[in-house]
Amino acid sequence: MAGRAQEDIEKELSKNYITLSYAEYEEGLRNGKLLGLRCQSCGRITCHPMPVCQWCGSRDMECMELSGDGELLTFTVIRVAPEGFDAPYVPCLVKTSEGPVIIARLDLPPEQASQELIGKKVKMSGTYKYEGDKYSAGAHVCPVFKIIE
Amino acid sequence: MRDVAIIGVGHTKFGRATKSSLELFSEAALQAMDDAGVTGREIEALFQGAALPGFEEGQVMPAAFSAAELNLGPIPAIRYEGACASASVAIRDAVMWVASGTYDIVLAGGVERALLMGTAFATRTFAMSCHSPTEAPVGLTFPGVFAMAARRYAVEYDIPLDDLREKMAYVSIKNHRHGALNPLAQFYKKMGNLKVEDVVNARLVADPLTLLDCCPFSDGAAAIVLCDADKARKYTDEPVYVLGTGLASGGALSKMGDLTKPISRVESARSAFRQAKLEPKDIDLLEIHDCFTIAELIALECMGFFGWGEAATATEEGETELGGRIPTNMSGGLIGKGHPIGATGASQVYWIVKQMRGEAARGNQIDPVPEYGMTDTLGGDFGTLCHLILGRVRRG
Repeated sequence: MAGRAQEDIEKELSKNYITLSYAEYEEGLRNGKLLGLRCQSCGRITCHPMPVCQWCGSRDMECMELSGDGELLTFTVIRVAPEGFDAPYVPCLVKTSEGPVIIARLDLPPEQASQELIGKKVKMSGTYKYEGDKYSAGAHVCPVFKIIE
Repeated sequence: MRDVAIIGVGHTKFGRATKSSLELFSEAALQAMDDAGVTGREIEALFQGAALPGFEEGQVMPAAFSAAELNLGPIPAIRYEGACASASVAIRDAVMWVASGTYDIVLAGGVERALLMGTAFATRTFAMSCHSPTEAPVGLTFPGVFAMAARRYAVEYDIPLDDLREKMAYVSIKNHRHGALNPLAQFYKKMGNLKVEDVVNARLVADPLTLLDCCPFSDGAAAIVLCDADKARKYTDEPVYVLGTGLASGGALSKMGDLTKPISRVESARSAFRQAKLEPKDIDLLEIHDCFTIAELIALECMGFFGWGEAATATEEGETELGGRIPTNMSGGLIGKGHPIGATGASQVYWIVKQMRGEAARGNQIDPVPEYGMTDTLGGDFGTLCHLILGRVRRG
């Protein structure tokens, strides 16, 4: 019979290309864990997750947990929020001690947000839960960091 | 590949529109066709930038309806979406199709009605060109992205943040000065005489950026007619040639590395220069994507017009003003002219062409007219970058 067997096509479909999904990354955050991937080829860490290493592109990666320690790279205070958010709040970029930079929120009263904070040590302290809207594919979480004095 | 020329341009008033996007685009397109002296029968394809029409008017696939409203016949008509760079991406592809020999005459441009959405929903939909899995839950906004970049600029180049804010203010002062002189601008006859204090003391949008560091939400459309360069002189005595194009992509902000040197902007500009066989020193005029004051400084450096960390002081010293080393955004830019995101790239091209014809508004026109001009258009948080280099003479 012409064509390819359904079982063969189904078998190909079952191959997994995603070692750590966004959903699993978010589930980790909800459990207080910052999950990432260690590249078996170059040894570097990918976080947030990607299907391939963010440094060398290798697919050979294993799940790992980051320490949650890092350094504050930059931040801002959002005063004009998108629909679905209440200003003010403080997004930031954190350079994790394992290497990759991640986007997060900073647990800081907006009036204390000053340029001198850049370079300070930070630690993951929880999550912010975004309830989502019609366009967000449901509710989501992001990591929250606090300044370590 | 064949050389490609711009033979006609059109541009609606930017600001708040009462007309639909289809009508806005038709106005710009008919102006461009009249300017070129071409009829609808001669247009072989339509390339239209439109970033958020589904959210603005519940319209996707707008390009097909635009072609139909203009009675262009059943020609290929494609919408391009590259966030705020949508029109530049559309124009770049239009150039490629004409250069390839597939079409001789095409229409390209873009349209947007961002003001229609109101600030909260517009901020939400604009933020959709951030990385949705990780940046949306944070509540990141575009002013937020560039506010974070401004803080890094201050750190990287060891400039006290208050000093940097004053230097950034000169971008707003300059672009509003020229926007106030441009009858098509959203802020025509408004804010033409800002002071540094006005900018730094305006309401904060995302620390340290104030409202006057930001471009507005806008409605509007712009369009151009592109033609095989060998046939351009049949239509116009003043064709403007597309000498080089560049396009590059970025990823989530957290994986972009140094925010003051986004690789997508550097690579796109370099490929445009390579194709044009020109260097920054050859360019007489820039229309660049000043969505925020700091964005203009970063763009000037990424494109190679100033060394790293030097654009802030150069701007303060007038090097990007009329009569300066490299006049930048003499149309008013996004800050003074307005930013209907899907139309912006076509508006930038429109104003370079007008400058080359000596037809820019008084107080904005370069004298003598520029030989070479360049556009820079940014989509998302460095996700889509497009550069176009235009000239009054063909490549040698």
